[in-house]
Amino acid sequence: MARRSPYLITDYRSDLRLFGSNWKRFGLLLMVVAFIGAPLQLDDFWLGLLGLVAVYAIGGIGLNLLTGYAGQVSLGHAFFLGVGAYSAAWFGGQQGWPLLLWLPAAALIGAALGALVGPIALRLSGQYLAIVTLGLLFIGEHFMVQWKTVTGGTRGTTVNAGLAIGPVDFAKLELFGTTFTRNQGLFWLLWAVVALVALLAKNITRTRPGRALQAIRDRDVAAEIIGVSLSRYKVAVFALSSGLAAIAGGFYGSAVQQFVSPVEFGGFQGLVFSITFIAVIIVGGMGTISGGIIGALVIGALPRITQRFADYLPFLKSTPNDSGIILVGQFNLMLFGALIIVFLLAEPLGLAALWRRITTYFKAWPFSY
Amino acid sequence: MTEFLQLMVSGVSLGFTYALVALGFVIIYKATEVINFSQGGLVMIGAYLVYNFTTTWGLPFALSVVLGMLATAGIGLIFERIILRRMVGAPVFAQVMITIGLLFILQNIVIAVWGSDNLNLGDPWGVSTVRFGDVVIQVRQLWGMGLTLFVLLLFFLFFRFTPLGLAMRATAIDQEAALAQGMSSKRVYMAAWGIAGATAALAGVSIASGAAALSPELQFYALLAFPAIILGGIDSPLGAVIGGLVIGITQSLTAGYLGDIAPWLGSGFESVMPFVVMVLVLLVRPYGLFGTPEIKRV
Repeated sequence: MARRSPYLITDYRSDLRLFGSNWKRFGLLLMVVAFIGAPLQLDDFWLGLLGLVAVYAIGGIGLNLLTGYAGQVSLGHAFFLGVGAYSAAWFGGQQGWPLLLWLPAAALIGAALGALVGPIALRLSGQYLAIVTLGLLFIGEHFMVQWKTVTGGTRGTTVNAGLAIGPVDFAKLELFGTTFTRNQGLFWLLWAVVALVALLAKNITRTRPGRALQAIRDRDVAAEIIGVSLSRYKVAVFALSSGLAAIAGGFYGSAVQQFVSPVEFGGFQGLVFSITFIAVIIVGGMGTISGGIIGALVIGALPRITQRFADYLPFLKSTPNDSGIILVGQFNLMLFGALIIVFLLAEPLGLAALWRRITTYFKAWPFSY
Repeated sequence: MTEFLQLMVSGVSLGFTYALVALGFVIIYKATEVINFSQGGLVMIGAYLVYNFTTTWGLPFALSVVLGMLATAGIGLIFERIILRRMVGAPVFAQVMITIGLLFILQNIVIAVWGSDNLNLGDPWGVSTVRFGDVVIQVRQLWGMGLTLFVLLLFFLFFRFTPLGLAMRATAIDQEAALAQGMSSKRVYMAAWGIAGATAALAGVSIASGAAALSPELQFYALLAFPAIILGGIDSPLGAVIGGLVIGITQSLTAGYLGDIAPWLGSGFESVMPFVVMVLVLLVRPYGLFGTPEIKRV
């Protein structure tokens, strides 16, 4: 008696299912266990690192919608993180709004500014768009430096926006009589947001809008002919991606750094920050939601790990006066550059594609395909 | 009036510098249709190599410049041969990102080897100046303008009269047709990267000479050259020079007058002005002032 393959997709409903197979349900269970258990097991160094990784994941998912799905290259992602960070500083810090108010405000401001860039994407293609969004970094930095009331000018500003939902303050979490550290509480908050953002992005990409975006990426003329409105979708995806970047920026300011200055988000530093997100999606996998998270884990963790173990690697030095050839910070940038190149040459769809290839191999075993 | 003339002179000089950087972008774009973001890295390493030849090794300046151009051309060739050749036919996004990866690697190699302090390039021009009436021009600015015009002339002669230049133009128009006529696109790509490297070293010298000093800040010039290439149209050498001049003069006049006209824009707006001009021009003419419109075939 022949048995149906559990992997075969025969109708639209099974194509839409998020956790179709038992393995995927098992994976979901593992992720839930890790989500609850990690803060109880890991020390503060790793939890702080995972907080940064969560910010990279939120921003990376946003950029992946824009670049991986819709094929629009943007070097201005850091600018929108800056918008989010300063929205958090102003509304959450100066005005004292609670998390559930300042976060949507930051997202809306980011989305509105992103929607302004959208029409430019309608006029320009590929590389021209990349350069205009590069210009955004420089123009944005100028205004961030000038608007001192909000941004604190070149000196920067502290971001002490509240991180509490109702009575539950994640920065000073107390549950069932136990007090948790700041990093433990923030881990739960940030990764819950990552899960929500990933679900939102997955729901967009597995339905009609997602297919429209991929059609635009693959051939915009063909997409337009089959009835995909280029203007609507390009503007929408820019707004969505920038809104997610602003959320990431809000948490980057309030939860991870607690202090931001305009140079981080603009000019050359801003370009480095934008490229970090591009490295996230290239290493993780373009055009997949899980890729944004996997890439964030790799790209977020690498610099801190080399920093921590710099003493054991003889060619690295942590301060300019140490012996060694190259500073850790510069080595990390080189590493990003090398990772981008190696992945694009060897595995253009990133770790997600590598994982899919491995699982396919075992699913089909002993047949080669 | 003197102030205006002085601003114009420094604007034109700055513009020629941008143009020299931009020519490197143009030649790679013409051959491969990729904007080479690592051009700034090539400019940087070119200037530092020249510094190494003159100051560290004590060679004559002119010889050092030639050696620096050859060495940087070699680096360009290596990039093309080892990495970018494998990417032919890959999505443009991937190729652009590869050049950004190369930029990161180059720039950090330079900082690791030569540090991030200001260095003296060791050029013979120094801070000496020439006076024309009330207008003061630095000797290095005159040399910069002369070199740019010379390179532009070489580009013109190269594209117009040499077989390789013809092959390059043919490959840019239609790669397959050029291949069918026996023009090797491999040779074209390598030549483009080599020429771009040599131009980059020259641009690095013209930026870092004299009082400007050599520092990793050099790569910002390449970023500021983007508005110039976009403005002029990315596949036109003459457009690059005109775009560079427009951006240079705009920047210089902004620095001189904007403080009086619109103080609310804040100080330092001149370094942003090129990008503002670029965005405005692109919205009106999406392929720059002299660029070839991309035709979509269905």
